[in-house]
Amino acid sequence: MSLREFGLPEFYFLLLSARWTLLLAIVAFVGGGALGLVIAALRVAPAAWLRHLAGGYISFVQSTPILIQLFMVYYGSAFIGLRPDPWPAAAITFCLNSGAFFGEIFRGAIESVSKGQWEAAKSLGLRYLATLRLVIVPQAMKLSLPPTVGFMVQIVKTTSVASLIGLSELSRTATAINTMTFEPILVFGTVSAIYFAMCWPLSVLGRHLERRVGDGRQRPVEL
Amino acid sequence: MQYVFQFGPILDRWPEFLYGAARTMELTASSAAIGFVIGIAGALGRSFGPPPVRKAIGVYVEIIRNTPLLVQLYFVFFSLPLLGLRLSSDQAAILALSIHLGAYATEILRAGVESIPSGQIEAAKSLGLKRGQIIRHVIVVPAVRAVYPSLTSQFILQLLGTSIVSAIAAEELTAIANNMAMQTFRNFEIYIVIAVIYFVLVRLCDLLFRLFSHVLFRWKT
Repeated sequence: MSLREFGLPEFYFLLLSARWTLLLAIVAFVGGGALGLVIAALRVAPAAWLRHLAGGYISFVQSTPILIQLFMVYYGSAFIGLRPDPWPAAAITFCLNSGAFFGEIFRGAIESVSKGQWEAAKSLGLRYLATLRLVIVPQAMKLSLPPTVGFMVQIVKTTSVASLIGLSELSRTATAINTMTFEPILVFGTVSAIYFAMCWPLSVLGRHLERRVGDGRQRPVEL
Repeated sequence: MQYVFQFGPILDRWPEFLYGAARTMELTASSAAIGFVIGIAGALGRSFGPPPVRKAIGVYVEIIRNTPLLVQLYFVFFSLPLLGLRLSSDQAAILALSIHLGAYATEILRAGVESIPSGQIEAAKSLGLKRGQIIRHVIVVPAVRAVYPSLTSQFILQLLGTSIVSAIAAEELTAIANNMAMQTFRNFEIYIVIAVIYFVLVRLCDLLFRLFSHVLFRWKT
């Protein structure tokens, strides 16, 4: 009935394809993190037009589906005369996308550093960028750690969308193997387990970090 | 070769876009409604249920929140027919989206339930309120109210997430765009238009939720 059975070779094949998921997630994390720093700096910049520019960018990214953003970059590459290629398109889209989310995370952290720190830095004669680099960012970093780890889970899961422009990562490989073996429960069960193994430790770490920043729990009550 | 934009032939097909937008909202609203019910049941079970129920709900929430929606969708779409349940793409899409949102809603509402001081429930009991009354007036309504902003942003994430179901050719905005792209080859223009439509839908929902909160939560705490 099916072309082949779901056995160990298929399992290894799935496991190996997870490295492309991981690679894309790391690219999105590093590139998006760097972009996020720039966007956060713009969001708290002294000039209003810079703040609006960054705000508009974040608003666009957070109000459209990543799949559509991916299609726009993929097919838009023809616009500048390039042949559409899944890897560059996915890498660029995921960096641009996570950059907006990181920008919001970092901005939140920067804004929760007390205003007195800005004033103190100013009175010491530090300029805007120096204040950010030497005074604000080191303090904000600690605050932004829990949501950053939480967002990494989001990145790993979202990379699955890249399969829809033909990038051969974990989800794409799963549909290919499912077509050959026709064992959807085994195939997608295995794939879910692989994603879970990548995401769950990050989720737990994120919650742990959050609890260290957050407050205690209240006592349980019977109903 | 220079790329020449041609929006004309795309925009002429506006009724299809309108239909797609309506389908997207329909998918979002129906899955959100089911997911919300799952969320309330899940949050109550997680906070007040017997230990095995709490554990089971916890496992459900963790599995859904740590795997991609796309894989959940594939699982539902390809596996359920093997178990004898034949679903159309649209039905599979609603089912997967509801299960997905249910887990997030459970987690959000649980935070709401936990934010209710235990003294509140004890006070309701000593006043002689029945279990159903306590659940409704003392737990669920205040809990929903406490986490209303998180619920609405989850709704908007769900709206954006529905674009994923185009992968199994369920009928909505993205799938309609994909079809149109195949017929016209004006992919870039089409996805720009679609992005604008999603943007407008999201802003519109955001606005409605804000207005709604004024009507819904007028009374003082």
